[in-house]
Amino acid sequence: MKLFLGFIKKEFYHILRDRRSLFILFGMPIVQILLFGFAITNEINNVNIAILDHSKDVTTKKIIDNISASKYFSINAFIQQENDIESVFKKGQTKAVISFEKDFNQHLIKNGQATVQIITDATDPNTANTISNYVNAIIQSQVKELNKGIDKGYQIIPQTRMVYNPELKSVFMFVPGIMTVILMLVSAMMTSISITREKELGTMEVILVSPLKPLQVIAGKVVPYIALSVINATVIILLSLFVFKMPIQGSLILLAFETVLFIVTALALGILISTIAATQQTAMMISLMGLMLPVIILSGFIFPISSMPLVLQIISNIIPAKWFIIILKAIMLKGVGFSFIWKETLILLGMTVFFIALSIKKYKIRLE
Amino acid sequence: MSISVSHINKSYKDIRALQDVSFEVKKGEIFGLIGPDGAGKTTLFRILATLLIADSGQASVAGHDVVKDYKTIRNCVGYMPGKFSLYQDLTVEENLEFFATIFKTTIKENYHLIEDIYKQIEPFKTRRAGKLSGGMKQKLALCCALIHKPEVLFLDEPTTGVDPVSRKEFWDMLKRLQQKGITILVSTPYMDEASLCDRIAFIQDGKILEIDSPEAIVKHFTKTIYNLSANNMYKLIESLKTYEHAHSVYPFGEFVHYTDTRDVFDIDELQHYLKNIGLNDITIEIAKPTIEDTFMALAK
Amino acid sequence: MERVIEVESLTKKFGAFTAVDSISFHVKKGEIFGFLGANGAGKTTAMKMLIGISHPTSGKATVAGFDVFTEAESIKKNIGYMSQKFALYDDLTVKENITFYGGIYGLSRAKIKIKTQQLIEELGLEDIANNMVGSLPLGWKQKLAFSVALLHNPKIVFLDEPTGGVDPITRRQFWEMIYKTANQGTTIFVTTHYMDEAEYCDRVSIMVNGNIEALDTPKNLKKQFSAHSMNDVFLKLARG
Repeated sequence: MKLFLGFIKKEFYHILRDRRSLFILFGMPIVQILLFGFAITNEINNVNIAILDHSKDVTTKKIIDNISASKYFSINAFIQQENDIESVFKKGQTKAVISFEKDFNQHLIKNGQATVQIITDATDPNTANTISNYVNAIIQSQVKELNKGIDKGYQIIPQTRMVYNPELKSVFMFVPGIMTVILMLVSAMMTSISITREKELGTMEVILVSPLKPLQVIAGKVVPYIALSVINATVIILLSLFVFKMPIQGSLILLAFETVLFIVTALALGILISTIAATQQTAMMISLMGLMLPVIILSGFIFPISSMPLVLQIISNIIPAKWFIIILKAIMLKGVGFSFIWKETLILLGMTVFFIALSIKKYKIRLE
Repeated sequence: MSISVSHINKSYKDIRALQDVSFEVKKGEIFGLIGPDGAGKTTLFRILATLLIADSGQASVAGHDVVKDYKTIRNCVGYMPGKFSLYQDLTVEENLEFFATIFKTTIKENYHLIEDIYKQIEPFKTRRAGKLSGGMKQKLALCCALIHKPEVLFLDEPTTGVDPVSRKEFWDMLKRLQQKGITILVSTPYMDEASLCDRIAFIQDGKILEIDSPEAIVKHFTKTIYNLSANNMYKLIESLKTYEHAHSVYPFGEFVHYTDTRDVFDIDELQHYLKNIGLNDITIEIAKPTIEDTFMALAK
Repeated sequence: MERVIEVESLTKKFGAFTAVDSISFHVKKGEIFGFLGANGAGKTTAMKMLIGISHPTSGKATVAGFDVFTEAESIKKNIGYMSQKFALYDDLTVKENITFYGGIYGLSRAKIKIKTQQLIEELGLEDIANNMVGSLPLGWKQKLAFSVALLHNPKIVFLDEPTGGVDPITRRQFWEMIYKTANQGTTIFVTTHYMDEAEYCDRVSIMVNGNIEALDTPKNLKKQFSAHSMNDVFLKLARG
């Protein structure tokens, strides 16, 4: 036991004295969460739009006022004719043009309907889509107000209800993904690097030629990183709770349990990598290409699995991160209990046992 | 016998790293493996340190078989691998403490063993190992290999990259350890260190060329060596090489070591030959063969 | 005799620490000059200044006729450099390595072709010219690296511990190459802390704590310190 504690103490010295790994450990989670939360988002803010108002009446003025008052848009041009639309787009600043037909108000009152055109710059289709949705929402709310007090108002109010993420806050969708990525990075990459570093330094040879047992060496490498990963997960959850006001619907205990399970999975993968890789560089490459890439692309973190080709959908099943993200989303966003996620948990558990068994079997008591 | 190696063979893919290697090291002996990079020294160390398994042949260390009793051996040998560089981010004391712990001992328990060496680096005990000079690093590494009081010490090229002063000190330390009854197997590519061992084995291309004490091994050199010098080193070498009776011509510092194919020959004739080519200040005298001469004659 | 390296009161300070403390010496054309010192004595720092990759704090120095302060780029074009740590690319073939270095020093394609042929013949590498350098024995690599450092006919070649770990026979072939090169008028500047390499030099300087403590032929140094070998000379000097 003393032997083992001595080993762990040494590991902590390594971690705490290496600024680079300290940054990866604690800087990364914070930077990533903030990046995804604030910068990389599906929301729009202060988008420049132009107005082409053929009618110039009370209603159009009101709608325009509402648009310009919202934080999403700022109006940067009033144009006079259809021909100007293209030139406005070509300047590149304007992302959308809203064009009101002639006699907009009269049509609305007389016929119960009027036409407004929303022309968006679809070079960035996602943003274009969002813009048109937002403009629509503003117009509809104006129509709703107009119809107030009129008994038989022509009310066409589209009803959209958004579940789990009513404000479509993308940060909520990203948190489980980022947490997965970071835990994978810290646990798998850092452990594999720390083991291969000893191989490079030649210290691994000395450790092998010592009374330390393989299991003690592996455990000695793993325990510090379990501790660090738990701290990391906590930091991420606290950040999402207090900075992004993300509510956690489900049980915190269940969340903690599942997180530790995933950390162990990732650590087992890290050890597995270190048994194959001879140098730190190789370990890093394998971790990045073999683990990070699938975690980012195939886990459903950014791209929905349901819209992938069938082959990729099948492959995604062997990626532990996929199951962990499902579990996280279920606990954090839906607030379900264990009875809903026992299947995913079991899959993850099975994978973990498999990886641990494999890495213990592959860990060499000699050099080849 | 402290170390016994018999008919060891080891190959990697198409390279035969060790070919039928056999030797024995007595208890308390300093035994040197002398040979260039790539001769198979490191492979041999790894087999003896239980890190590799030979393709064929037997070896035992401190009476234990290197394959069957590998666990016992791991408890009673000290090993300093060739590229061993300690934990750069740990201090001198932390490094030593770590190695003491994993070998189930404490610095205090075996301090007497490392005292001589550790005293020299103790003033820097709070310094990180990465910030030590080459010589101090070697001393610390030796302390780490000694801390569990091993019966046998394996040192794979411990003095490579270390300046002459530190090398000298390092060898002095080995002599003192030997007096404490520790068997030492050490490798080096430097011939001048060979004379510091009790016995040496020349190794090249995976084969042992010769085993004997440094004093005896030079007696294997049967030819007479001549030390030659002249005003132009390059011309001297070239001229000697084209001399019809030349057996071997090797630059040796400020001289050229020359051997002749004939057992008896006239030095004046050679002198004349060189003079005619246009060399001046020619000196020719008989020299004692060195360990390096012997090695080259065997490796040729 | 023409002096190809001239150094006068050359100093390099890192903050309060003086790595090289006002050293002065000169090296003649075609000379094999050994530049020795213990680890941390300042020889690497001094050499970096001479090959134009480190700026001196004060003093004067010219290498191949160019000022180390103002003409570092011209120096680089007129010297060759070979170190044990960095020499050739292991994953390029012998030919590719030669072509690459020829290209770096601005040799024309035709010239590279001729030189490659010549070099491969001289070293007897015909059979393995298309093998990866990584698969060659260390001694061959070192010989090839030295030849590559000479591709552009530099006035001076700097060798940083060229023969560490090489077997005695190959090592002597290496020194024969050095003698030949020096004989053709190229100056050889060798830094090493292996004293047996020092014995081969025409003149040797020994640095201790940033100063040059001794400078003479190996023979005279041995006489001066009444020592048997350069190793003894070094030990006597460094231990004070």
